[in-house]
This record gives sequence, structure tokens and C-alpha cells, in this order.
Amino acid sequence: MTDAGFETSDLRVDPTGSGPNRSVGRGRGGVVLSAILPGVPQLLVGRWGVGGLGLIVWTALLAVLLTRWTRFAAGWGGPLDHQIASLTVVAGLLGVWGWSMFDVSRPAEVKRTGVGQWSLAAKAFEKNRIAVLGLIVVVCVYLIALVTPLVTPHDPATQASLVTARLVPPGGEFPLGTDHLARDVFSRIMYGARISLSIGFVAVGISVTIGTLLGAVSGYLGGWVDTVVMRFVDMVISFPRLVLLITIVALFDSNSIFMIMAVLGFTQWPGTTRIVRGEVLSLREREFIEAARALGFSRSRIILRHVIPNVLAPVIVASTLGIGNVIVLEAGLSFLGMGLQPPTPSWGSMVADGRDHLLAAWWISTFPGLAIVLTVVAFNLVGDGLRDAFDPRLRT
Amino acid sequence: MPLLEVTDLRTYFTTDAGVARAVDGVSLQLEAGETLGIVGESGCGKTVMALSILGLIPSPPGEIVAGSSIRFNGEELLEVKPARLREIRGNEISMIFQEPMTSLNPVLTVGHQIEEVLRLHRGLKRREARAAGVALLAEVGISEPDQRYDSYPHQMSGGMLQRIMIAIALSCEPRLLIADEPTTALDVTIQAQILDLLVSLQQKHGMALLLITHDLGVVAEVCDRVVVMYGGQVVETGTTEEILSHPKHPYTQGLLASLPGIGDRDVRLNPIPGTVPSAVDWPEGCRFRDRCSFAWERCAESEPDLLPVVAGASRSARCWLVHPDESSIDRAGKPT
Repeated sequence: MTDAGFETSDLRVDPTGSGPNRSVGRGRGGVVLSAILPGVPQLLVGRWGVGGLGLIVWTALLAVLLTRWTRFAAGWGGPLDHQIASLTVVAGLLGVWGWSMFDVSRPAEVKRTGVGQWSLAAKAFEKNRIAVLGLIVVVCVYLIALVTPLVTPHDPATQASLVTARLVPPGGEFPLGTDHLARDVFSRIMYGARISLSIGFVAVGISVTIGTLLGAVSGYLGGWVDTVVMRFVDMVISFPRLVLLITIVALFDSNSIFMIMAVLGFTQWPGTTRIVRGEVLSLREREFIEAARALGFSRSRIILRHVIPNVLAPVIVASTLGIGNVIVLEAGLSFLGMGLQPPTPSWGSMVADGRDHLLAAWWISTFPGLAIVLTVVAFNLVGDGLRDAFDPRLRT
Repeated sequence: MPLLEVTDLRTYFTTDAGVARAVDGVSLQLEAGETLGIVGESGCGKTVMALSILGLIPSPPGEIVAGSSIRFNGEELLEVKPARLREIRGNEISMIFQEPMTSLNPVLTVGHQIEEVLRLHRGLKRREARAAGVALLAEVGISEPDQRYDSYPHQMSGGMLQRIMIAIALSCEPRLLIADEPTTALDVTIQAQILDLLVSLQQKHGMALLLITHDLGVVAEVCDRVVVMYGGQVVETGTTEEILSHPKHPYTQGLLASLPGIGDRDVRLNPIPGTVPSAVDWPEGCRFRDRCSFAWERCAESEPDLLPVVAGASRSARCWLVHPDESSIDRAGKPT
């Protein structure tokens, strides 16, 4: 009667590809090692991606905690960003330590169920060295942004003596030199990271939400809804983006960070909409969507719970690449003086500040420029890696 | 009152080539607890008819022509509000599809998909739904249901997936189950198991089964009555035994003749010549006449009605051969 007896043999056991080496770094020794240096047991078994990430985060945060103990302790009573910074240190340390201990003490045989697209993609991603490197950089930049108040040597807006500390070359008290207003470039870059990353994150959050919903609805419903949405997309895309941004910013005349986030977010979505619509058009002809209708599911339920989960992979790729794109745009706006107003440190405006002194003081423009490049390249590497990881044709 | 009563159902599709009359005047009845087989070649309108019953015909291009009627349990399905129709789907009428491999959402666990139906139609809480879902998996013969519950569709074989589709379809104990070629995509041993499962569950829950198939072997095994469809119309109805042993319509005879028999190693198969004509232009007169070895002038002149084979019985065929006027015709060959 039942065919299940011999069908159990087609179980895909073990999603993480445990080779014979998996047992190294486990057991009592692994647990002790993990308790002192999380990430090392994973490095020992060849999972250098997650292991390296864990180890870097652990040592960096530990270094911050030990060298900046007074600021860390004072942070709890300080302003909000100090509290967040102190909280990040604690949460990061506990998180890495807990993850590593859990990972080491987990039984060697892996759960047989639950090998979904996410764990398959994670496994493929972990094999892509360049992408993991990008991910490590991205995580580090985010960490720096979060713990900045604890680690910066100087206040980003305070000027040192304009007589003695103006345009000081890198080295000594000012690791990356000072600008024409005697402010520490290194501290300003660290604070600038928070601006760039939060703008990138929120703007892409806005654009992905709008883009995914519009694309899914447009593709699934088709007909006049589709026509209206896609013509609107064409219209938004046909505007030169930078000119549009400058116009909007000039129109509102208040360049708060939220304003910039909103403006970038509300002009970023058409790309996502197109990607999602294209996916949904082929998805809605699939049998499981018809089966869902035959089960009496409503349209909104089908779109939200059956269509959108199926397009998340390309959406995640698009948004990772989109963060890099938004960071560059924000830098461009700030460079043109249309972004955040001084003295808020933004990478774009720092590059602009150094323009007049490029020959005398190259460091003012160069280091924020490098920060932009490094961050954007890292995001693009992660995005490319994710795209490959989600593509079953590229899995081996 | 029959559980399902389809009267003069016409489902047309507007295409570039013209209006395709995919289902063209089908009437049938199904009593509670009964198994009715719908038999016919590809393209004869079986699936479109099933989708019409559930209101799943995409419109446009599809359209159910005025005058059609689908009464389920006394309720006219073609006139109910969309919300009520969604309530009926999956709850009172369920459907299982031909391709189990593609009928489940690939990114959700099978348990999630069972749970969703239970929570939507039966209002169960997550925990209750899980317990009920695992019990359903056990009922459809899945071993280790507790672990399989959290598996994804790609981790299972076609036979198991079809069992899960059956579990989902039965989760709300529907009164009617429409099975659209449920075994076509499976290999032969699994086919038999799935059929056994369907029949045993049908008897256990007392539901009616509308089984769409092109496999007369399946019909012989499972069905109480049979409706043979050709060209979007019913061409013959009767009990399974009558149809299989004394087919009246030449199309049914052709279907039976084209089956290989056990031991007929040296006998050539006897297929029906030609293919089903396009739904955009059915032939004038009898739609089967181009492929029929009995066809004569009358078949081209006018289309036969569904004529009773024996007065008073529920057995009928859409062929001039069973008409009283033509009783003198020599069945062995063409009339002269």
C-alpha cells in the first residue's frame, strides 16, 4: 500500500556538506577554543568565511571594549547614539560568542528537513570567496558606523586650532590628517559611514517595499492595472535621476537626512518593480498558483504569501546592489552641495571640501573617496555573490 | 437532488483564430458519494469543464456562456458572489491536479501549505493546524509525517507529492473532489497506489469523486459511472460496466479497441485514425464523423442529440446509430 518505505532513500540529507573533516574542532577542545576565540573552530574545519567573519567581529569588538572602556561605560548614560554604540558592542560580542558555541556544540548529524532555498543559497554563498570578503567588509563598515562614538579620536564637527592644526598631513594625532577647517578626517569618515549606510539602508528599504508590492500586483493582476503601473515606471525612469533629485531637493529646501532618504527611496523603486513584474508574469502561469486559487485563497493572500516569497531572491540581489547605488547617489548629491548640510559629515561633501586643496592636501578628498569605493564595491560583490548563490544553474 | 448538476455548460475562449468552443453543451449529474469518470482524448474539454465548475476559467479570454448552469448542492455556482465561491473552493469542492511536482509552492514547506488551508477554511490555530496536518499526512500514507511536515516539495518524489496534494485537498473534508488526471504524471506502480488511496479515502469520508482521465484502465478500476467526452460534448454515458462491455458510440468503441490486451503480443494496436479537430471549428454535423468508420450522409447533415440507448435507462449516446430510425443498419459496416 505505501510507497513511502523506499522513498525515504531520496532524502537530501545534510545541507552543509559535512565532509569527514567536520568532526575536527568539535568536542571538548572545540568548545573550549570557541569559548575563548569564537570563529577559530570554524576556521579549523575550513569554513573560513563564517569563521573569519566571527573572529574579526569578536576581536574588533573586544578591542573596542578594552581600549575604550571609559567611553563604553559612560555610553549608557550618554546620548542615544552612545547608548546604541555600547549596546552594539555588548550584543555583538554576545551574539558572536553564542553563535560559535551553538555551532560547535550542535550535533554532527544535521536535521534532515528544512533544506529550503535559503540554506541552499547560504551554502553556495559561503563557497564564493570574493563575495564572502565583500560581506566581511560590509559587516565591518556597519559595525564601525554603529560603534563610532566609542572609537573616534576626535569630534567630527569640532575644530582644532585653526592656526596649528589646519591641513595637517596624515600621521600622529590625526591618523588621516585634518581638513581646511582643522577637523579630523578619520573621525569624519567614521561618522560619514553612519550617514551613508543609514541613507542606503532606509532608502533601499522604501524602494524595495514599493517596488515589490507594485511589481507583484501589476504582474499578477495584469490588464489595465499592469498598463498603468508600467507606464508610470517608464515615466519615472525616463527622467534623468540626478536632475530629478536636485529639483526635488531644491524644491523642499530642507535637507534633513530623512528628506534625503525619502527622496532617494521614492526614486529608486522602478528597477525593482520591473524585475518583480517580470518574475511574477511567469510565476502566475505556474500550476501551484492555480492550485492556490482552487483552494479558495483570495488574490491578496496569493500575492502576499505565494507570489512574493517566490520573487524574494531577485529582490534581495537588487536591493543589495541598490544600496551601493544609493550610496554613490547620496555622495554625488552631497558633492554638488545638494545633500546634507555642513557640518554633518558626509563622504560626498568631504570629497567636495577637499577639491580646493587637492594639490596641497590630497588626503581630504582621497580618504572619503576610498571609503565610498570600498563600501560600494563590497556591496556589489555581495550582490553578485547572492545572485550566483540564488541561481540553481550555477550550483555545483 | 444530485450533489452536482451541470446543465448545458458552454465555456468558450476568444482567440485570434476565432471562438474556441472548448466545452459546448455538457450536462452531467453526480450523486453524493458517487464516482464519475470523465474520459476522452487530450483536447476534448475535460479539464476546462473541471475548471469551469470551480470558477477558475480566466476571463478574458474565457467565458461561460449564458444559459449554462452548475448547481452544487442546490446552489448555482455561476451566480454566487466571489467571496462565497472562495469559501466553496478547497472547502466543499477540492481539486487535485495532474502534475504534483509543480502544484506545490516550491519555497514553502509542505506543512505550511497544509496548515494554510486548515487555518483559512477551518479556522484552526497554528498548533491545532499542525497536529491536524500531521494526522492528514499519516492518513495519506506518508511515513514519518512529523518530519516530512517540515520538508520542501523538492525533497520529495512525485508519488509523495501527489499524496500531499490529496492531503491538502481532503483537509477540509470536501463533499466533492475533482481529480484531474491524478496519476498521469506518475509511474505505473505508484499510479495504482494513488488510486487505491483515493478510493479508500473516498469511501471513508463519503465524498463524491469526479475523476478525469484518459485511461480506461483507471475507469474500470474506480468509477461507478462514466461520461465519455469528445469535441467539448458528452458523446456517451452509462455505468462503467455497460460502457466497457457494450460501447455504443463509435468513439468509445475506438478508445476500447485501441487498448492493448494481455497476451496480444502479435496483434497490432488499433488506434482511432486522425486527431481531435480544433475547438475553433468543429466539423458540421457529428463532430466525430471525420474519424468514424461508420459515418454516412446523415452524420454530415445534422448533429445527433444525446439519444437514449434503451428507453428509460440512464444510458445514452450521441450517435445516429442508436436512433430508432437507424436500427436496421448493419453494425458491421457502412450502410448502403
